[in-house]
Amino acid sequence: MPIKTEPFYLNIGPQHPSTHGVFRLRVALDGEVVVGVEPIIGYLHRGIEKLAETRTYTQTIPFTDRLDYLSSMTNNLAYCLAVEKLGGLKVPERAEYIRVIFSEIMRISSHMMAVGFFLNDLGAMMTPVLYMWREREKIMDMFEMVCGQRLLYNYMRIGGVSQNLPDDFMPAVKKFLAEMPKYIDEYDQLLAQNEILLARSKGVGILSKDTAIGIGASGPVLRASGVKWDIRKMDPYSIYERFDFEVPTGDTGDCYDRYWVRMLEIRQSVRILEQAIAQIPEKGAVCADVPQFFRPPRGEAYGYLEGPKGNIGFYIVSDGSIAPYRLHIYPPTLINITALSDMVIGWKVADLIIIFGSIDVVLGEIDR
Amino acid sequence: MKFERYGIGIAKGMALTFRHLFRSPITIQYPDEKLVTSRRIRGNELVWFPEKCTGCATCAKSCPQGNIVISTHRGEGSKFEVDIFEIDSGRCIFCGLCVESCPYDALAMGLSYECAKYRRGDLILSKEKLAVSANHQPSAYYRPQFEDKLPKQSLLLYNQAEGGQKLKFLPLSKRKRGSGA
Ligand code: SF4
Ligand code: SF4
Repeated sequence: MPIKTEPFYLNIGPQHPSTHGVFRLRVALDGEVVVGVEPIIGYLHRGIEKLAETRTYTQTIPFTDRLDYLSSMTNNLAYCLAVEKLGGLKVPERAEYIRVIFSEIMRISSHMMAVGFFLNDLGAMMTPVLYMWREREKIMDMFEMVCGQRLLYNYMRIGGVSQNLPDDFMPAVKKFLAEMPKYIDEYDQLLAQNEILLARSKGVGILSKDTAIGIGASGPVLRASGVKWDIRKMDPYSIYERFDFEVPTGDTGDCYDRYWVRMLEIRQSVRILEQAIAQIPEKGAVCADVPQFFRPPRGEAYGYLEGPKGNIGFYIVSDGSIAPYRLHIYPPTLINITALSDMVIGWKVADLIIIFGSIDVVLGEIDR
Repeated sequence: MKFERYGIGIAKGMALTFRHLFRSPITIQYPDEKLVTSRRIRGNELVWFPEKCTGCATCAKSCPQGNIVISTHRGEGSKFEVDIFEIDSGRCIFCGLCVESCPYDALAMGLSYECAKYRRGDLILSKEKLAVSANHQPSAYYRPQFEDKLPKQSLLLYNQAEGGQKLKFLPLSKRKRGSGA
């Protein structure tokens, strides 16, 4: 005779190593099985949307760094795309290439963090993370060389980028790209066939194609469910229509697919980078002539792009003054964690941690 | 989940890990050894050149945090004398927008990155603390004129033969733990 039991409520977080920031999960458990999950967000809320209303258009750029701090460059770029759309600005050719180069390097770096911490959640304490950080440090060095900081870059500007590339940059990035495929093979040797990883993640936390589309998921989470959707291909921004690359997809939408899609995307990013390095014009302006207190005409614009975590968008309403009238941020990870309850119900607590890790959340972006 | 031959994947991974036993280290012993930072580093303490500054306050207007305080009075002729020039580095987000906007190259980012202080008041950089001195030098962020004077950044991408950072095992006897402060 089955015994009727009360669900047991467990708070995971706000300060818990597996929540990747300050985030609380209120989990309803039946024994060890998850029967309900309620994410509680807002611990890292800084009111960036409201802050932007009292800052000029340029002054908002450093705040966009602090959204998804593991992919600051693409946040900067999405914001700048929105303002450029609003003001009808044209970006110089060389600046477009620099933007693509940094978006793709950023994607590699962010995916490395995502995969590393996913494995960390799985119990591979720090080892895979440190393997990936070896290459990530080299990427950070390149960012530091160009814009002076390693995390919060503030490099993109309205109408281009802030400074030209230093002389050391091109040889460094070429050497990095020559080495990178070897290192990706190394990660695959270490991880892709590992039985523990396969046993823990294959078939775990399946997000079906329909649910993924239904909730509006984007990025690797959507593509792992088998939907071939990438804004770089579907609605090319900047100069992405000039590059030849593929959009990798998974078939089942389980945790392993989300990991594997990211690894394939790193390879595609290397491909785009190789083409961009070959095509970039040697000389030329890196920023359009934009006044410091830029006043776009009245109106509204939405700029969005394919960030490492998904579709990040900025919606700006201008009243013709030096500050935005309203700025709205469309954060990809906030949309992606709404799929959490669809994925975790019926799995154990240990699986909940890795399913959450496989979405690749950054709380700075969820709470804004 | 069923595997045909259990353990092959783990053995492959272990082989890779084992190979790493024999390569040179990729880390350094931080407080004792230091890497050279980028020439364009946006370091903690800003540098201000009083002789170049006209007191126009463009930097203060472009700061997103609003933490540059300038007060001037009219000196001889049409020149402005700067009485107060203060930057609160506790509120500063080191975005570099003030340096970018200065039309007279009178402000530059600093090179230092270790700026823990015992008192909150020490974080406020007054005119004296912002001036150039032997251990307070400007970085080349937006100031390419300083670029040649600064040492080249040590990139982990290059090994020592290619002009990169020297990475070696530091014997335990050489380590001076706790001597950083
Ligand atoms: S670096 Fe940025 S925050 Fe700091 S004083 Fe300059 S403009 Fe203000
Ligand atoms: S913008 Fe430059 S010249 Fe003007 S007050 Fe600031 S430091 Fe001085």
